[in-house]
Amino acid sequence: MTALAPVHETVAAPPRNWKTPIVLSVLAAVTFVVFGLLGNAQEVTFRWSEADDTISLASLVVASQPLCLVLGVLTLLGAGFAYYRAYRREKVPLWVSIGVGALFIIGLFANVGAGATVPVVFILTGAIGLSTAVIFGSLAGVVGERVGVANIAIEGQLLAGAFVAAVVASVTDSLFLGLIAAMIGGALVSMVLAVFSLRYVVDQIVVGVVLNVLVVGITNFFYSAVLSDNSEEFNFPGTLPSLPIPLLSSIPVIGPVFFDQRITTYVMFLLIPTVWFVLFKTKWGLRIRAVGEHPLAADTVGINVNNTRFWTVTVAGLIAGFGGAALTIGSVGAFVREMSAGQGFIALAAVILGRWNPWLAAVAALLFGFSRNFRIWAGQIGSPIPPDLIAMTPYLVTLIAVSVLVGKAVAPAAVGKPYIKE
Amino acid sequence: MKLELRGITKRFGSLVANDSISLTVQPGEVHALLGENGAGKSTLMNVLYGLYQPDEGQILLDDEAVVFAGPGDAMQAGIGMVHQHFMLIPVFTVAENVMLGHEPTHAGGVLDLAKARELVREISSRFGFEISPDALVSDLPVGAQQRVEIIKALSRDAKVLVLDEPTAVLTPQETDELMVIMKQLAASGTSIVFITHKLREVQAVADTITVIRLGKVVGEAEPTASSAELASLMVGRDVDLTVDKPPLHAGADALVVTELTHFDDHGQKLLDDVSFTVRAGEILAIAGVQGNGQTELTEAILGLRHRVYGSVKLGGRELVGSSVRDILDAGVGYVPEDRKKDGLVGEFSVAENLMLDRSFAGPFTKGLGVDFAHRDEFAREAIGEFDIRTPGGSTPAGRLSGGNQQKVVLARELSRDLQLFIASQPTRGVDVGSIEFIHERIVAVRDSGIPVLIVSTELDEITALADRIAVMYRGRIVDIVPSDTPRSTLGQLMAGVVA
Repeated sequence: MTALAPVHETVAAPPRNWKTPIVLSVLAAVTFVVFGLLGNAQEVTFRWSEADDTISLASLVVASQPLCLVLGVLTLLGAGFAYYRAYRREKVPLWVSIGVGALFIIGLFANVGAGATVPVVFILTGAIGLSTAVIFGSLAGVVGERVGVANIAIEGQLLAGAFVAAVVASVTDSLFLGLIAAMIGGALVSMVLAVFSLRYVVDQIVVGVVLNVLVVGITNFFYSAVLSDNSEEFNFPGTLPSLPIPLLSSIPVIGPVFFDQRITTYVMFLLIPTVWFVLFKTKWGLRIRAVGEHPLAADTVGINVNNTRFWTVTVAGLIAGFGGAALTIGSVGAFVREMSAGQGFIALAAVILGRWNPWLAAVAALLFGFSRNFRIWAGQIGSPIPPDLIAMTPYLVTLIAVSVLVGKAVAPAAVGKPYIKE
Repeated sequence: MKLELRGITKRFGSLVANDSISLTVQPGEVHALLGENGAGKSTLMNVLYGLYQPDEGQILLDDEAVVFAGPGDAMQAGIGMVHQHFMLIPVFTVAENVMLGHEPTHAGGVLDLAKARELVREISSRFGFEISPDALVSDLPVGAQQRVEIIKALSRDAKVLVLDEPTAVLTPQETDELMVIMKQLAASGTSIVFITHKLREVQAVADTITVIRLGKVVGEAEPTASSAELASLMVGRDVDLTVDKPPLHAGADALVVTELTHFDDHGQKLLDDVSFTVRAGEILAIAGVQGNGQTELTEAILGLRHRVYGSVKLGGRELVGSSVRDILDAGVGYVPEDRKKDGLVGEFSVAENLMLDRSFAGPFTKGLGVDFAHRDEFAREAIGEFDIRTPGGSTPAGRLSGGNQQKVVLARELSRDLQLFIASQPTRGVDVGSIEFIHERIVAVRDSGIPVLIVSTELDEITALADRIAVMYRGRIVDIVPSDTPRSTLGQLMAGVVA
């Protein structure tokens, strides 16, 4: 036989990946047909400024149906391009997916908001507000998984942080002490996780699930035994004040969204780049990632694997606990039973969706808050879409985003695996 | 730096892995540590590297006693180690891997990547390595990854470099290059401890040879010692290094593989248009460096892989697309390359493992249950016939030594009516005594007129067993050559070079 024979043409080539084009074309079809062809001819008003803004922008008023038809054509073009790329066995660029997704969302707003107003600033600020805890949770998740510990207990850490923040701030009458206490609360939960999974090598998932149930139990107990009867004394912390940044906060749209927020939100804005920088630009980050990828290799260059894991997971707990504070003293100003309501799990989904990258994970978490806020707004304007259907949107968004974007996400190789020395 | 180990003893439970081992490595010397798999070489080096604490004995560097609580201490003292399984992080760049644990930093712990890159460039140019500091380790070929390991050790100013079975993953050419590097390093004053079980390499490069058997030093030898002398030291008796093979009586084409192609889940082509035939009563051996599609080839034939295109005909019957069970029922015996993972269930008893492939029907079942009497009787016979050293049929298979585990797999696979026998790495991690036995059995299968397909990364095994040799490189068969083809030619084929 001849060596290095040419590949036979009859041999089947690797299968094409149609997943992304299919999802995109469904979005495009909905935009074009449901929002466009079957759409609403009424006008929709996009409001850029609120009444008390220093600089006021005029609202944009357009007819919903023609706008959606244009958006529909654009999304169809995007989906077509995705099919073309998939046919040629090429990757569909991320910007195409994001672009189609964004146009779909605009179309959704234009359709649901026909005959009403879309308050852009409210939508965006609300999205950030509703995402804050999830973003902190996802950053905690990224940090934990990067060092190789599957942190299922984010939910419990958020809840612990929320509870401790409310109680400590009420008792000491200091919101600042509430924040500190929330971090410690979150860190304590993660230390329990670390001790059991690292020292006693109990399965990390099992410990995490147990911790979540435990924190729910403890907080529920104290809530009904103590807080609900003495809410003046124990569950009345007040809320952190808004801190508008002079000048910047008067920029239209951007100002109120980014520069007129609470301290918790500012910390969140700063924490995303900080986590990224520490993970990818410092020696601690390098060591954390090394431990999460190949603990034995890290050990052979003198890095103490379990110490690194313990302290990194503790830091993750500090972050999640702080995020919990955003639920109480950074938001409604009181603790409510089980108020984390699954946000810790959504944060975990955001970690995977964001491919263990703090930026992408934060964006994924934001997407979730955004769709939650959409539901609130749609309810307010009395949208004809059934409320139960609207209530599904966050999960639908998560599902679509996961299926389109995740593809070949590569987790840190040693996540969830204990490191046991022989 | 002079390294001395004095009376090192290391026990794991009742097992004495190292029994009062002493050896001295002079500065600038290549000191070979020769022994079979499981002789205790790696344990000894892990003691030296601080991964294990010795139960007794001392480590001396330049005549001063040292104690290493962990690898960090050992590195600090100037000991570098290239592990058999590379300690590299695949998703990191070369520079990141090299600096890990002793990172050059700016203020505030910020990595100084420029400095790390410079360090990599400086060391690799010193030895002519041509390795880019920004390459991802997972993109590098195995030989280059090994050099990254060496750079890693040298970047920490290693004065003693331990190489643990460094040639296991290399082509013969890469092995030769490594020999040159070792000599170069030794000439620049680095002491080298070279752990291996391959006699040829020891003779080529070592200044001094220490032979270890069953955890004890059994002798020192000069590099001029003959292979037979070294082998008998290693094994403790005279060893026949050749396989007695009667002349070939090949029959008709029995296994015909045509244009077999296979993709993984990411669309990567792992088998590329593989075609060959094996005649009845013939051994075709597949040579090649590990990871060039050999595993995929055997698993594809056995129906263990999806996305397999092409044809595999056994006695005229098409196997591609059939279920694993149908393929086994067609008379295919299969010894997988990783017996612990794929060949045995370690927690199951020897007897249970011996009937693992026939739990559906047949001699071992009675109604819905297992015929325990027959199972135990069969186990007794197999243990006797295959000389399986086990306390009994009810002992968990995972407790046996590597060689005896392999005999369990072999006994099971050879006890059916075979039309084809496939063995992947049949003697990996097996003691020399068992190697002889396993080779004899394989040759016996061949002589009974059954086509045999062997996959091995050990050229010695290939040349000893094969009637013809097919060389694989990057998922293709580069060439099929007679068994008396010179090593150098095989080596070139293994590197993808077509003669």
